[in-house]
Amino acid sequence: MSVLDAKIPAGPIKDKWTNHKNAINVVNPANKRLIDIIVVGTGLAGGSAAASLAEMGYSVKAFCFQDSPRRAHSIAAQGGINAAKNYQNDGDSTYRLFYDTVKGGDYRAREANVYRLAEVSANIIDQCVAQGVPFARDYGGLLDNRSFGGVLVSRTFYAKGQTGQQLLLGAYSAMNRQIGKGKIKMYNRHEMLDLVLVDGKARGIIARNMVTGELEKHSAHAVVIASGGYGNVFFLSTNAMGSNVTAAWQIHKKGAYFANPCYTQIHPTCIPRSGDYQSKLTLMSESLRNDGRIWVPKNIEDVEGIRNGTIKPKDLTEDQRDYYLERRYPAFGNLVPRDVASRAAKERCDAGYGVNKTGEAVYLDFASAIMRYGKEKATVIGEHSPSDERVRELGEKVVEEKYGNLFQMYEKITDDNPYKTPMMIYPAVHYTMGGIWVDYNLMTTIPGCYAAGEANFSDHGANRLGASALMQGLADGYFVLPYTIGDYLASDIRTGAISTELPEFNEALNTVKSRLEAFINNKGSKSVDYFHKKLGKVMWDKVGMARNEKGLKEAIQEIREIREEFYKDVFVPGDMYELNPELEKAARVADFLELGELFANDALERNESCGGHFREESAEEDGPQKGEAKRDDENFAYVAAWEWTGDPGKAKLHKEELTFNDIELKQRSYK
Amino acid sequence: MKLTLKVWRQKNSNDKGKIETYSLDNVSEHMSFLEMMDVLNEQLISEGTEPIAFDHDCREGICGMCSMHINGEAHGPDRGVTTCQLHMRKFKDGETIYIEPFRAKGFPVIKDLVVDRTAFDRIQHAGGFVSVNTSGNTQDANALPIPKQDADKAFDAAACIGCGACVASCKNASAMLFVSAKVSQYALLPQGKVEAQRRVLNMVEQMDKEGFGNCTNTGACEVECPKGISLENIARMNREYLKASIQSEK
Repeated sequence: MSVLDAKIPAGPIKDKWTNHKNAINVVNPANKRLIDIIVVGTGLAGGSAAASLAEMGYSVKAFCFQDSPRRAHSIAAQGGINAAKNYQNDGDSTYRLFYDTVKGGDYRAREANVYRLAEVSANIIDQCVAQGVPFARDYGGLLDNRSFGGVLVSRTFYAKGQTGQQLLLGAYSAMNRQIGKGKIKMYNRHEMLDLVLVDGKARGIIARNMVTGELEKHSAHAVVIASGGYGNVFFLSTNAMGSNVTAAWQIHKKGAYFANPCYTQIHPTCIPRSGDYQSKLTLMSESLRNDGRIWVPKNIEDVEGIRNGTIKPKDLTEDQRDYYLERRYPAFGNLVPRDVASRAAKERCDAGYGVNKTGEAVYLDFASAIMRYGKEKATVIGEHSPSDERVRELGEKVVEEKYGNLFQMYEKITDDNPYKTPMMIYPAVHYTMGGIWVDYNLMTTIPGCYAAGEANFSDHGANRLGASALMQGLADGYFVLPYTIGDYLASDIRTGAISTELPEFNEALNTVKSRLEAFINNKGSKSVDYFHKKLGKVMWDKVGMARNEKGLKEAIQEIREIREEFYKDVFVPGDMYELNPELEKAARVADFLELGELFANDALERNESCGGHFREESAEEDGPQKGEAKRDDENFAYVAAWEWTGDPGKAKLHKEELTFNDIELKQRSYK
Repeated sequence: MKLTLKVWRQKNSNDKGKIETYSLDNVSEHMSFLEMMDVLNEQLISEGTEPIAFDHDCREGICGMCSMHINGEAHGPDRGVTTCQLHMRKFKDGETIYIEPFRAKGFPVIKDLVVDRTAFDRIQHAGGFVSVNTSGNTQDANALPIPKQDADKAFDAAACIGCGACVASCKNASAMLFVSAKVSQYALLPQGKVEAQRRVLNMVEQMDKEGFGNCTNTGACEVECPKGISLENIARMNREYLKASIQSEK
């Protein structure tokens, strides 16, 4: 049997998960108490997994590098969470959500996993409401929905622009209940730095207490990695400053295959960068594309006028504006999927139509939505011939109700008032669809080591649809992993507690210790950020929104050089046994420098365009789809899973062929 | 812009700590406050000295990790923002800025500007949840309509990011705004009503144990709260607490 057996259950797709749950082994309640599970990361996937596993009776140890599990970066998700509830009676169904997700992912996701995701999506909403998550409601007291990119129904549940926060606080509250009972032991300000294998099975981790600097050994019968994505390999992204690949990369180096690293989501609506000091980019939720219209000036003279300040965007009449998404994609308009919207923005900006000084910005305009809502509101409150001024005033209130916190955030960052002048936006790295390879049970290629949420690769193919990350994180943590992990642990009930005195633990601890000591003793001349920024620039310029063979080969070479220089010349001040943020960063950047190379190699190997991965060599050359991404199903309908062999440039490629029985493969058209 | 920065430096929790003075040139008004700190830290590292430790993560005002008392105010002079969203355009060229950690008995300093806020977590462990298991068999989400105004108020309370600015701003170092936000969220929703009495009694008890002071209604917390959590929540918690104290068998 190949190691890349995805273990997809037999039978029709709609019965797979039910049958699988019925067939897998379970651990009896008395034995669950004797089984320890480590969960690394406390975002939506890790937090919900830790809480659910503890509720089931397992002894859980949860780790996060933040000062509280509530701060994991899931908290920053704004727009919403999808679920096939069909509350709006617009024809939604499990199948339609499944179909949209597979199509949105450009047919590079595993069908069976996606169907399961769609199937449990409705339960997530029920669960969260029961936990007291305050979703938006209409005046009838029922749950409200909105639309997101790439779909034709309204299935997104939301809590203003803070959906991720509210869902994470829900998972955090479920964790708190178990922490209070002693069923979860919580380790804040701890960072996992290595995985411990005993007899080939995942049996524990080495974690650094970030306050004291002590290295700790923690054992368990299974280890769950829910440490999020690796977008910070680009230095600038919408990820949190601390988001990193270290936990995922360390298990990769211990035998877990890393799948499709090049699948990165560049989000179309982020606030453009303002200078070299920029430390991160801020997202403006996709939900804004429900009401905002994206445009650049039609005439290049107007672009110049805007850049030098002689023309204001409001001065341009409708026929002087190019609503390029509505022009190119009449069926989906401003709600095309993220990869399509990002590339379209880049196309306009590369052609010289960018509307800020750097030429890297387009407008997201709410003027027409404000007037439309204002008129509706005036009718509702019985004002039949309101002035434009009055309509605008009423409309602004409606828009504030829907997106108030996002508008406030925009104004605080840019000092511009988006109610009065259009927002400026530009694409930025946001999410990584690639990640640790897992089978249907979410187990990696290491027995007993699981990966959940953004850290795994499984559900979004080459492009994730909006509001699906929250859905996947919670599906994995609440409803999938708690069942599938039992199948593995059922054979472990006689093992007893794992001793941290085993030689494997001491060996791993010593390896980590010498790795960190080397940084402290290096005494080079450049800061960690210097290298991280340098890596980020190579990644963005050559492995970013558009990629080609020449650029990728250069990138690989340059990343190797940066890595070499990093080890020679990095300076990490301070001591190992204290709170030392520079040391933390050094260890993370070291892993990014390896991942970056694998990432570029993966992009080079995949000589097709699919989803967020756009190879300039593979675009439609004529016909109505001219310039759009050209997928190559004949040669690339597989998952690329890379095995570590000691050097990221020499990783070994394994392929999981993707078969589509329930969806017909065809070109993804949003026109 | 050119700035003089007076920053609290403290090696660890046992160290006494003191203010150090640094000067920084070429600060852009478009920088966020934390980006200004990054630039200062790069300067310190290039001089071979240890950079200033401060908490931060999402840098978009939602994770609640960043703290800092800036010129005597939690999260600095702007309103409705966390330190990470504060921009240098709020300061003037040549200005001297004092940067200190959040100070409260319940928030001991770990290093420099980093404080320990795990007391907030422990208060949540005491009752900040609805006791429902993740079975997947809970009732349909729309089976129980909730009046929009209640849902909206619950949301406004739930918007708390747990940063601790309320505690740092209060002369009594009271955590009432924080605790009342969680108590209110659940008290306003039918799902939270079943355990409402136990919740408020347990959370208040833990809050007192952690060494936070009492509320004397000065309202400083509401002014400094980056998320606009309203004092109404404290009033609601007081009512809930009174009701529970009289009725509960605990």
